[in-house]
Amino acid sequence: MAPKLGIAIVEADRERALLIVDGLREAGDFDVSVVGDAASLVRQLAKMKPDVVLIDIASPDRDVLEELTLASGPLERPVAMFVDRSDDKITKAAIEAGVSAYVVDGLRKDRIKPVLDAAIARFHMFSRMRTELEATKEALSQRKTIDRAKGLLMKARDLSEDEAYALLRKTAMDQGRKVIDVANALVTAADLLG
Amino acid sequence: MSRAALNCGFIPLVDCAPLVVAREMGFAEEELLDLRLHRQPSWSAIRDQLTFGQLDAAHMLAPMPVAMSMGLGGVPTRIDVLSVLSVNGNVIGVSRELSERMRRVGSAPDFLSATVVGRALISAIDGRLRVGVPFPFSMHAELLYYWLGALGLRAPADLDVRTVPPPQMADAISSGEIDAFCVGEPWGSIAVEQGVADLVLPGCAIWQFAPEKVLAVRHDWAEKCPDTLTSLMRAIWRAGRWLSDPANRMMISELLARPAYVDVSPEVIDRALTGRLRVSADGSEQLVPRFLEFFTGAATFPWRSQAEWIAERWANRAGLDRKEALANGRASFRSDLYRNCLGPIGADLPGASDKVEGALESRTPVASFTGEMVLGPDIFFDRLIFEPSSKDSPKT
Repeated sequence: MAPKLGIAIVEADRERALLIVDGLREAGDFDVSVVGDAASLVRQLAKMKPDVVLIDIASPDRDVLEELTLASGPLERPVAMFVDRSDDKITKAAIEAGVSAYVVDGLRKDRIKPVLDAAIARFHMFSRMRTELEATKEALSQRKTIDRAKGLLMKARDLSEDEAYALLRKTAMDQGRKVIDVANALVTAADLLG
Repeated sequence: MSRAALNCGFIPLVDCAPLVVAREMGFAEEELLDLRLHRQPSWSAIRDQLTFGQLDAAHMLAPMPVAMSMGLGGVPTRIDVLSVLSVNGNVIGVSRELSERMRRVGSAPDFLSATVVGRALISAIDGRLRVGVPFPFSMHAELLYYWLGALGLRAPADLDVRTVPPPQMADAISSGEIDAFCVGEPWGSIAVEQGVADLVLPGCAIWQFAPEKVLAVRHDWAEKCPDTLTSLMRAIWRAGRWLSDPANRMMISELLARPAYVDVSPEVIDRALTGRLRVSADGSEQLVPRFLEFFTGAATFPWRSQAEWIAERWANRAGLDRKEALANGRASFRSDLYRNCLGPIGADLPGASDKVEGALESRTPVASFTGEMVLGPDIFFDRLIFEPSSKDSPKT
């Protein structure tokens, strides 16, 4: 049996790193380690001698790994980016997902594929999570604005909460705008009028 | 007519200016080009995205396409250099402590003398000198190896060149990971602002006309989209001409300072544009002529001999066949496309596409299409010259 594949994940965010580790554990039996500190990146990788290095494409530390692709001394293992023009598809998928992988030269592709597949899946999950988080934040801030607008109307025109909301909605419909836009305009106007 | 969309990557540096100006000052629009600029986190990201088609064009370090043509660094892809975006513009800085030691051991510091500064540096170091550069395939690395090598420092025994992303250069020097750096602006000035480094030498004191950044595209894209390519080259060339007018300097600083571009205060960006560098936290300044050139002296022309110079340096270091490396390297600098696309709009074209690198001590008129081309100075600090392999080659 071939020895376990050694994988190093370069990621400063502990939570994210652990999620990738979990993803890889599900994909196979690998020897996974995490490097969080960019300053000692080259030194640590030289010590670990991983077969594969995974790093976020958006990480500025990627350029530091470029040194490894040139190193050929007995201590540092030659590493090359996993890019073989015959397998554009997976590389493209990796780059689109934001994964960059550096792989020891000559490692067989069938051994790397599950690693990359798992990493790609996790990276997609991160971007989904980020989008959802932003949507949640946006919804929350919209609700706050609408609540304020309702409060202003209730006070100024002596309305109940439901009536205030109905008025906002009717105004929005009449003007072909969104409720949040009307609420925003009202809040801005109220702020200006002090 | 609909505008052709083109995605172009850049790294936040003062020398991305031709791209920003082409977009913001309307030069791209004049060419019916929708030039979309994408800020990139690293040189390797820019290279990979260009290779795999997320980007159509890119701001690149001049040695990157040459190294790629030799099969070094990542993906074996043929990349074409359409024009040179900037010449010179790097600074060498050292930690405050090393700067202090240099002052104690050296003669009077002379900011423009690579020999004086280099000797002071070599006598001030204690053991191996650790220097940060932004990328292994960079003019920064080439200048350092050239300069310190000529003065007797040997890599890797005495010289340890490390990769540090430019925005982290100040941190790396303050935490003691490196003793010195060679970096593009504004990042050297930022280290001075933070009080962690002194600038000791501008890159142009080592080589007075070093091609720094280039406009790069995939070779297959250049073949496939000749019209968009022509529009791009023309917009960028006009942007370069606009940049060379001193009256536009304030505007350039303001444009580059925007959060979407370099995101550093315009006062700091202005130092690279004027060549008036603040070299130490005590406020002392140095004026560097031709610190960063976008246009003057045929700066935009992709000389085949520049590619050969880079290719030869790499062939020596990586132990590759010299002849093959030079042939591949020179083929990546597309002076033929430059002639075809820019000749018709009035760019002055030199009589040859190679020049002897390092031969001009001062500004010198040379044979050109309109007869008005002036080159130089372009000498190396040690006065060596580099003869291109095919001085008498046809105009290609």
